[in-house]
Amino acid sequence: MTELLLIAIGSALVNNVVLSQFLGLCPFLGVSKKVETATGMGAAVIFVITLSSAVTGAIYQFILEPLDLKYLQTIVFILVIAALVQFVEMFLKKSMPALYQALGVYLPLITTNCAVLGVALTNVQKSYGILSGVVNGLATSVGFTISITILAGLREKMEYNDVPKAFQGMPIVLVTAGLMAIAFFGFSGLL
Amino acid sequence: MNKAGERFLNGLIKENPTFVLMLGMCPTMAVTTSCINAVGMGLSTTVVLILSNMVISALRKVIPDKVRIPAFIVIIASFVTIVEMLMKGYLPDLYSALGIYIPLIVVNCIILGRAEAYAYKSPVFPSMFDGIGMGLGFTLGLTCIGAVRELIGAGQIFGLQVMPSSYEPVTLFILAPGAFFVLAVLVAVQNKVRAGKNTDKAVGSCGSSCQTCSVAGCGGHFYEAEKTTAKEDKS
Repeated sequence: MTELLLIAIGSALVNNVVLSQFLGLCPFLGVSKKVETATGMGAAVIFVITLSSAVTGAIYQFILEPLDLKYLQTIVFILVIAALVQFVEMFLKKSMPALYQALGVYLPLITTNCAVLGVALTNVQKSYGILSGVVNGLATSVGFTISITILAGLREKMEYNDVPKAFQGMPIVLVTAGLMAIAFFGFSGLL
Repeated sequence: MNKAGERFLNGLIKENPTFVLMLGMCPTMAVTTSCINAVGMGLSTTVVLILSNMVISALRKVIPDKVRIPAFIVIIASFVTIVEMLMKGYLPDLYSALGIYIPLIVVNCIILGRAEAYAYKSPVFPSMFDGIGMGLGFTLGLTCIGAVRELIGAGQIFGLQVMPSSYEPVTLFILAPGAFFVLAVLVAVQNKVRAGKNTDKAVGSCGSSCQTCSVAGCGGHFYEAEKTTAKEDKS
């Protein structure tokens, strides 16, 4: 139990997926204009990463490892994730239209969010079991949601600030993200 | 031959993936802690890009339009696995330094973006040069960022001491926040230069550029959608 808690805190805060590992930067920078869209993206990411770490963990443990096909992991994982996202999209559309409406646009984008593949590969690399893998996935994606929501909040406030012309747009967002990364360094004393 | 040269320069300078298109930002920021890592990452991406561009363009009449994205991904992932295994065998140090970012080349938008935007529509030979140009452009971008970060953060370039020994390295620059700051300044400089050339071009953001990889990559569709909603909000 303590081990799971450590994994959770470690991957949600200390090794924050965006701010210290640079995975999932595209949505982090692209979809963080408004808090509302940012939380939508965060929710979709939590959903997909948790599910995909369970599925890829199971596939690795029960198929790739016994058959000694570990070297196929990259190919298998990316295809599984792509298929999974499609499947989740169809399933939600059919059975939970309200949730589908809310997550709608974000789902297809997640396939190439490198955080998803990144988590699947980290789970293998650190030889987590399925349960620890799922916890790691959940915590990582919660960390993603935390940071993208904070950034969106900051960007909303920044709309009214007087930013030097050359820094308008992406550069000031990058500077903000850098300052956030420094702040997140504070968590590294936690473990 | 002329065409090949044009593709080469296009990738290297005119449409430099790092500075102009702003594609493949995740590896750009993660591995540029030193020049050596940056060059290693850039070159392995280049190899994958050249090979995948060639194969995709050779198979462009065979791959049905509807399943082209999964087909591209399988081709790219195969080459990434090959590069990963070669690197593990011959360059174990670099392999452990780059770690998880080697398999993550699969989801680098540059590769899928070039496959979709160029290789799928063009003959093998220009596609190869497109791959070489884009790949070297990416390597150049990574090396520049890596050089700045290594110089400020450790006082070295390619592991050689450049700064006098009295220089106190700003370690922050080889840590995560440094990547954001260096990139921010580079983009700001580029904005400044561009603003001088023509004023009505959109500033900075991924927007116009990511559309090359719209179907697959870092979400051109979405940026477009966000842009249009922003416009609606205004009106």
